[in-house]
Amino acid sequence: MTPMAEDLLSVLEPKSAKGKSAKIALPKGLDRAKVQRMYRLMVQTRQLDDRAMKLQRQGRIGFYVPSIGQEACAVGSAFALSDKDWCYPSYREPGAALAVGVSIQAMIHQLYGNAEDVTKGRQMPVHYAFRKQRYVSVSSPIGTQIVQAVGTAMAQRIRKEKAISITYFGDGATSSNDFHTGLNFAAVYKAPTIFLCSNNQWAISCPLGQQTASDTIAVKAKAYGMPGVRVDGNDVLAVWQATSEARARALAGEGPTLIEALTFRIGPHSSSDDPSRYRPNEQLETWQKKDPIERLKKFMKSAGMWTEAFEKEVVESAIDEVNAAVKHAETVPLPASSTLFTDVYATMPPHLVEQQERLLALEKAQGGAEIDKNAAFPL
Amino acid sequence: MATVKSKAKPKPKAKAAAVRRPKSPSAKVAAATKSKSAPAVASKRAMSKPSKNVLVPRGAPRTDDAPWSVLRADGTALPGRDPKLAPELMLRMYRAMTLIRALDGRMLILQRQGRIGFWGPTRGQEGATIASCAAFEDRDWILPALREGGCALYRGFSLTELVAQTIGNALDRVKGRQMPCHYSFKEGNYVAMSSVIGTQIPHAVGVALGAKTRGDDVVAAGYMGDGATSSSDFHVAMNFGAVSKAPVVFICQNNQWAISVPIEKQTVSSTIAVKAVAYGMEGVRVDGNDVLAVYSATKRAVDKARAGGGPTFLELLTFRVLGHSSSDDPTRYRDESCVKEWEAKDPIVRFRRYLESRKLWNQALEDELDGQHQAAISQAIKAAEAAPAVPTATIVDDVYATVPAHLKEQLRRTLDDLGG
Amino acid sequence: MTTMTLLQAVNSGLKDIMQDDDRVVVFGEDVGINGGVFRATEGLTKQYGEERCFDTPLAESGIIGVAIGMALYGMRPVPEIQFADFIFPAFDQIVSEAAKMRYRSGGEFTCPMVIRTPYGGGIRGGHYHSQSPEAYFCHTPGLKVVVPSTPYDAKGLLISSIRDEDPVLFLEPKRIYRSTKQDVPEGVYEVPLGKARIARAGKDVTIVTFGAMVSICEKAAEDAAAKGMDVEIVDLRTLLPLDEEAILTSVAKTGRLVVVQEAPRFCSFGGEISAIVAEKAIEYLQAPILRVAGFDTPFPYSLEHVYMPDAKRVLAAVERAVNF
Ligand SMILES: Cc1ncc(C[n+]2csc(CCOP(=O)(O)OP(=O)(O)O)c2C)c(N)n1
Ligand SMILES: Cc1ncc(C[n+]2csc(CCOP(=O)(O)OP(=O)(O)O)c2C)c(N)n1
Ligand SMILES: [Mg+2]
Ligand SMILES: [Mg+2]
Repeated sequence: MTPMAEDLLSVLEPKSAKGKSAKIALPKGLDRAKVQRMYRLMVQTRQLDDRAMKLQRQGRIGFYVPSIGQEACAVGSAFALSDKDWCYPSYREPGAALAVGVSIQAMIHQLYGNAEDVTKGRQMPVHYAFRKQRYVSVSSPIGTQIVQAVGTAMAQRIRKEKAISITYFGDGATSSNDFHTGLNFAAVYKAPTIFLCSNNQWAISCPLGQQTASDTIAVKAKAYGMPGVRVDGNDVLAVWQATSEARARALAGEGPTLIEALTFRIGPHSSSDDPSRYRPNEQLETWQKKDPIERLKKFMKSAGMWTEAFEKEVVESAIDEVNAAVKHAETVPLPASSTLFTDVYATMPPHLVEQQERLLALEKAQGGAEIDKNAAFPL
Repeated sequence: MATVKSKAKPKPKAKAAAVRRPKSPSAKVAAATKSKSAPAVASKRAMSKPSKNVLVPRGAPRTDDAPWSVLRADGTALPGRDPKLAPELMLRMYRAMTLIRALDGRMLILQRQGRIGFWGPTRGQEGATIASCAAFEDRDWILPALREGGCALYRGFSLTELVAQTIGNALDRVKGRQMPCHYSFKEGNYVAMSSVIGTQIPHAVGVALGAKTRGDDVVAAGYMGDGATSSSDFHVAMNFGAVSKAPVVFICQNNQWAISVPIEKQTVSSTIAVKAVAYGMEGVRVDGNDVLAVYSATKRAVDKARAGGGPTFLELLTFRVLGHSSSDDPTRYRDESCVKEWEAKDPIVRFRRYLESRKLWNQALEDELDGQHQAAISQAIKAAEAAPAVPTATIVDDVYATVPAHLKEQLRRTLDDLGG
Repeated sequence: MTTMTLLQAVNSGLKDIMQDDDRVVVFGEDVGINGGVFRATEGLTKQYGEERCFDTPLAESGIIGVAIGMALYGMRPVPEIQFADFIFPAFDQIVSEAAKMRYRSGGEFTCPMVIRTPYGGGIRGGHYHSQSPEAYFCHTPGLKVVVPSTPYDAKGLLISSIRDEDPVLFLEPKRIYRSTKQDVPEGVYEVPLGKARIARAGKDVTIVTFGAMVSICEKAAEDAAAKGMDVEIVDLRTLLPLDEEAILTSVAKTGRLVVVQEAPRFCSFGGEISAIVAEKAIEYLQAPILRVAGFDTPFPYSLEHVYMPDAKRVLAAVERAVNF
């Protein structure tokens, strides 16, 4: 249904000059261990997504955004980062968090918004923030992270650091104000930024053709005088390669790159969405055949990097880790009411101190507020 | 690394997509496009690499992409490009261009004398302003930016009302509510300008979509400066326009400066026109100081929009010869030698040479015209300055269709406090 | 008459006014085939075609900017912002353009349009699907701001807003989209803008509120009645222009005022109500004006139930006012 464009960078489906399929060549810089590691990260991501969707259906967490089918975009790109690089994700890159070293437990605490969630239960599920991994707080308003990443990149350039910033966003976000200003600023200041658009061809119910009339997302780079690269987003090796190259350019002072990773949202937009209302089934079926995990597995088998035992260990350990994390997260209480008032400012101003005192006094006198059991998120 | 080629690729498109791009301009569009000399789109070479020439000399077109032009410096037309416009049309454009140049001179003096508060000159951009607007029909709508006051005049806005607007008195249609140069001219379908850069661009799309929905044969013009292309409104307007195939023409007067910010600090794209590619739209780079080039390119875009071919983005490459406004001193930030170079490309002089070569113009007519302009302006200033101040009570008018109770009360209280 | 939820009433209002007035066009993110993420625009594309109800690219400034152009041209656009929290990219177009167009053009050009957007907490939506941004907009001359609290009012106010000659921000309290039902007439009818509604008559304390807080206050009023306090509830319905008379009449009667809102307290709409009553009815007041509001913190996720004013908090304020 969706023919892949000829200029799509692909490693797993190489084409020879004559258009025939050629032998797969592992990109320079990758080896067996690294490929296996990426495979593991994708499997972990899939397991996390699967389980979290079930938790949501069971009413154990309030909301979830699956990234099923898009694991390669997040993992392949984040795997190309160094431990000085900064990451400005959207809500659909759990694989990137895992790739930069965030633990499954930390993520699951966030889904529960409990007292051990580093963000103190302040945001909806999947709106992660991990300072230690330079994984900047996810925001719901689409696009805002794009221009923020450029600010960090400009700072990295001013300070002459050997580091870059990467920002993730969807095809829908290319229509946002912040996409435009972000790309323009990055290009003008040659900020070491990678703009990674996971083009999953849908923005909730809006198909790509109604989002933009341009031929590709990558071509939008022209408007800003920067290179645009289109890569097979279901090919983790290709995503890694494109990101590594863009990163090298950025570090060499050559400025930003826009990477369009062409992929597909296999699942619903979120746990509240029903794509059968608006999305043709054939499109889904076509893309299900391009599962990024299966494709990498096929290559690994042929390259002697994959065995049944390896598979078993990878899958089971991912499941075990997720299970253990869920089990633990459910024993942790909600954050205390008093935490409502912290972190609004560096120090709590008098009016908040007063509001906090009042609330605690009221809770003491009348008992705490009740949770509205009917509250359900629509999107 | 795979870079983007400029040729269209089959793109993933959902079945449900209702809005699609035409593969090529329809036959209808092609037929409507009279001028065989169709200007070309942004270059192929343009973009696979970021532009290196960040430090081109001020004022030179900064790309490999030569703008479309018709007239040589000596006023003769390049072979096969003369659109052969009707003499009346050309003379009307010439009169309007010379009028706004004369007006610039006089209004800047009024400003220096303290008789008006501000003036935004158009000098050097008269060709781009007038020739683009002349390519539209009167029923088409204009959503202007600061440099398009001339379009209102071209459409019949009275000089007296224009001057009154700059004074902000009772003769001013907008009742002294906006700074000078923010005209409103409803009969001319010329929408009251906003100071906020870029905001009018999506309005042009909305007007065009309104017209399309109603089945009206109306095209909208969305004007902007080069600085405005950095605004978010530019981005969303271009995108909405392209996706919905609205009958709109986006016109960027690239005068290469946004106050003190030169174009190379505004964007590093190879041209402004190439930005259209990001929206799947046609972009055309035009010599903005070449009246016939501007007219033909705009006319072609307007005809295409009218025929249902969707929007076009025009970059009119020109130059801001004077300061940004009466409050600006360009010597603080630019080497004024670049002005010389651009004065040599003066749109009025170039067009006059062409008209002379066509025997449509001569020195006697020129002298007479200048006298007429000066007299008309003097008269307009006199009439406008004679008008009384705006009545105080109008301060609460037009906030809403009818004055709500709290505003009536505020006015009454204030008048009471002031003793009536 | 049909029994409807507030959401169905909005949908019915849109359907009927589109039938009645062919200038009305509806657009926004996911409003077409998907019928809006809350389903407020369900069936409109099917009934009226893609020209009159369509999906837009993901850009709120574009949605509002384009709506302004349509309104200038003589259409009656009813753009939807998916959540009020996402209105800020369009803030400039709303406050600098739509609200000022009439004034800045000396009345030559106008922007009659209705920006519909769900607002408020109570749906487990965290920071960005819960906020109540009315104060930013009530601070904008040229804009009208309307907030229904019942299905009947929702439809009638929506139709009046669409027929109004000025831009209206129509804030829909999403928490009560589906929570209550009411008989709603078929066909178009109007509930006038600028007129408050006495949701409950009483003589001891006036509560001024709007939107989803009306039902919270009704609950608190019942609890107060059990304790012998008679509460009057003024449901504002239109915040701008405000029905001052209704507020002042009620306060003159009860001598006590509690203002209830979800939004943070500081510099909020409740502050304006307090100021008006202090300026114009101080001689009637027997107790300080009290405000029950969201805390001056960002809207939280896990502690949403603590953040949102509930009947307990309202009752506590009522008691303080009565026992002053
Ligand atoms: C500014 C803003 N407007 C609207 C929304 C509601 N919304 C949430 S996700 C989404 C679609 C995003 O699509 P895309 O950028 O393609 O990312 P994807 O969900 O496909 O990963 C929309 C409209 C939002 N979060 N922010
Ligand atoms: C949103 C906004 N930011 C800043 C300004 C101040 N400002 C007025 S004109 C101008 C430069 C505009 O440049 P350009 O778009 O190139 O138009 P030109 O003046 O050259 O015709 C600036 C920055 C403004 N009016 N609006
Ligand atoms: Mg998407
Ligand atoms: Mg400029």
